[in-house]
Amino acid sequence: MCDQTFMAITFGPCDNCSTTSPLMNIYIKNEPTNYCSFCVEMMACQGLLKGETLASLKNESESLKKKLEEERAKLHDVELHQVAEKIEVVSALSIKTRRVLKGHGNKVLCMDWCKDKRRLVSSSQDGKVIVWDGFTLNKEHAVPMPCTWVMACAYAPSGCAIACGGLDNKCSVYPLSLDKNENLAAKKKSVAMHTNYLSGCTFTNSDMQILTSSGDGTCALWDVESGQLLQSFHGHTADVLSLDLAPSETGNTFVSGGCDKKANVWDMRSGQNVQSFETHESDINCCRLYDLRADREVAVYQKDSIIFGVSSLDFSLSGRLLFGGYNDYTINIWDVLKGNRVSMLFGHENRVSTVKVSPDGTSVCSASWDNTLRVSRALGMPWLLVLYSLT
Amino acid sequence: MTIKNAMRDHGQRYRPRMACLKKVGSAVLLEMQDPKTGVKSQLQRLVITTIPHAITGEDIVAWLANKFNISAEEGRSLGTMLVALGYIYPLQDHKRLVVKPDASLYRFQTPYFWPAQQWPVEDTDYAIYLAKRNIRKKGILELYEQEQYNHLHKWMNHKWDFIVMQAKEQYRAGKERKKPDRAVFDCQERAYWVVHRPPPGTVSGMDYGLDRLIDPNAEEVTETDLIFLTFLWLPSLSCFLPRVKSSVSIGALVKFVTTHKNHDPFLAQCLPSNPWVTDDVSYWTLNMANVEIPTKMRVERWTFSFVELLEDPRGRDDFRFFLKKEFSGENLAFWEGCEDLKWGAAAGMSEKAQHIYKTFLARGAPRWINIDGTTMEATVRGLKHPHRYVLDAAQTHIFMLMKKDSYGRYLKSQVFKDTTKNAINPEEQKFTDAQLDQNARNRRPSLSPIAIRQMELEQKAKLAASGPVDITQVMSKLSKQGKDAPPPPPPKK
Repeated sequence: MCDQTFMAITFGPCDNCSTTSPLMNIYIKNEPTNYCSFCVEMMACQGLLKGETLASLKNESESLKKKLEEERAKLHDVELHQVAEKIEVVSALSIKTRRVLKGHGNKVLCMDWCKDKRRLVSSSQDGKVIVWDGFTLNKEHAVPMPCTWVMACAYAPSGCAIACGGLDNKCSVYPLSLDKNENLAAKKKSVAMHTNYLSGCTFTNSDMQILTSSGDGTCALWDVESGQLLQSFHGHTADVLSLDLAPSETGNTFVSGGCDKKANVWDMRSGQNVQSFETHESDINCCRLYDLRADREVAVYQKDSIIFGVSSLDFSLSGRLLFGGYNDYTINIWDVLKGNRVSMLFGHENRVSTVKVSPDGTSVCSASWDNTLRVSRALGMPWLLVLYSLT
Repeated sequence: MTIKNAMRDHGQRYRPRMACLKKVGSAVLLEMQDPKTGVKSQLQRLVITTIPHAITGEDIVAWLANKFNISAEEGRSLGTMLVALGYIYPLQDHKRLVVKPDASLYRFQTPYFWPAQQWPVEDTDYAIYLAKRNIRKKGILELYEQEQYNHLHKWMNHKWDFIVMQAKEQYRAGKERKKPDRAVFDCQERAYWVVHRPPPGTVSGMDYGLDRLIDPNAEEVTETDLIFLTFLWLPSLSCFLPRVKSSVSIGALVKFVTTHKNHDPFLAQCLPSNPWVTDDVSYWTLNMANVEIPTKMRVERWTFSFVELLEDPRGRDDFRFFLKKEFSGENLAFWEGCEDLKWGAAAGMSEKAQHIYKTFLARGAPRWINIDGTTMEATVRGLKHPHRYVLDAAQTHIFMLMKKDSYGRYLKSQVFKDTTKNAINPEEQKFTDAQLDQNARNRRPSLSPIAIRQMELEQKAKLAASGPVDITQVMSKLSKQGKDAPPPPPPKK
């Protein structure tokens, strides 16, 4: 049923440097060519070719944008809310906070669930990264980082390691151990190196690779063992603030959102930017839903009374509910199909920095700048991409 | 010799998250202050004087709830945000920036002191403010303010004369005002500084985190980025993307949501019970990765799509068992090997690729898989310079083969029918309040994933040490991350 169409990817010798690698299909002077990602970057950095000016490039880019809009509009034959009319309404949710995890000394900036559905890792402004058993409220491990503002943390799929990073411009992997007295900081592995702060990191399908996004405008894929850069992704013109992997059959794409108001979908193999979605500045406090297969925006989730921007989003297991953590200290829950707000969660005393649904969908955890995490509960989508407001 | 704070430009450009303040400032607050349709105002009585335009907390909440058609709780939350940002300030209990939905009094802040203004909140101004209050009445500063004052006195010593002079001027100018005006201005100024220099232990609504490295609202796009845009991305975007009609895509989305509806713990009852609610972990124990007998709901998910079946380790085991009976287990083993190659460590990658080739693709290989000629050719060519995606084409081919052929037959097979028949449907647990308390007290930690992984590694080591070294057992070692139990070796061909 999840019939994702596969992108034809070409491998082979690059037209420029002849090394065999995954290739990007690009146009140079209207001729289709295949370059490896390294040559593409080199070419872009060489500056304007003969006969071009900045103005002419701008015009060119504007006309191409228009052409893209036209292409998208051709297949636009139905709206989401039209199809959603036949679906029954979501019954009233009563969501309560079940656990409050206290222990961080300062703002909690990020959190991630472990695949065992009860453990989670959280990182904070005071430089500490704590691994909790959410169910029993035990703190299992605490790692002091050498920098403050640890903005990204991730749990490895096997549950045996965590990755975190922030203002130190690096992403480090810490293998966890059962020995309580062991100094985890001693076994730290520095994996990613960026030229600016690390805003997001996630493991791919295994413990061996990490995907990172950074304030320097790039995302990168790294090999954990060797620290080698496997692929870098250029295309954002401002800080990249977040990223997420696609749960598709082939598992080869991910999406990144940046300060340049764009959300880009990338192919992990070649580094090519496969799709791009741009928002307009006027609506800065709403969530948007983009259909990747039809390549367009299908829904906007906003309300007059919501003045503040969203910092983090996650879907529930079926994809019907969208949890958004907002800067006005609340969490709004939207009905994805019908577009209305279903419920609101209060309780935090400062802005909500991260919201994540647990792997089996039984609860949602929200991390906030009020130094706590809350796990709440009430009685994964290969097509969709949600862009939250870039405030 | 003033040291201008050049780094922090507090205009809206570099405070991206506060861009919403413009919206708040202009629209909502003006409406709230409208004499006819805004919030009801009343007089505040001080000792002798009365000051107009005070509003109560409950009126604020009611007005917001009415205007935006929201609940009282949400109205209160929104009101609290307005107070936290400094648009409205409390007259009593001025250090707690919240809206109390009772008769507590508030007042609108003058636009001069609104947070969205262009000038930065300088320490010099704060020093002048503290000095002024000190002049007015010694000992009036609170402890934290006193500490701040001393600190500023130390590092702003070089311009302290200027600060004291300014403070004296402002104090004198203030004395010349009428008493009610002076009281109001003092309140406003005090509220302004509570917002921008919050007392210890309180949360500041003005905290916005780190500055963005690149100005998101800048008009200038660099040359390199433009080149990227025009020649590289946009053409590929319009031409290479296989797009689908909205109706098809949205239809599929709706179908996904509806089929999964009963499996979403937020929308349907979680059997036997949601562990977070009842503190009973039976749900997790019944759904563990390598459980012998799965639950009915879990088995139902396997029928939704092939990916769901493969992603669930128990489902994959069942599928593997079915394939073993059909003597076509090599497809799944090949697919798993390719996954391991793609996501594995960079070291040893070419060896892995060669292993897979020798085992599955080479002529006369022990577990030969059937792929078409062109794909085989492309793969063999690629293997001359192996990289992690070299087997991608072959893997896709085999995946589609399994999906279109084996998956369908699996769902109709006896293996699946048996699994479905034996699957358990747990009863809904109903706990009394006393039992719930008991459960909460008995929360136990679970086995750490590290311990689980150690056990799996030991088990695999034992398996490897026992039998003769077999190419099939080498393949079983390659199975993904050792999370699955090693598959039973297939019969010798």
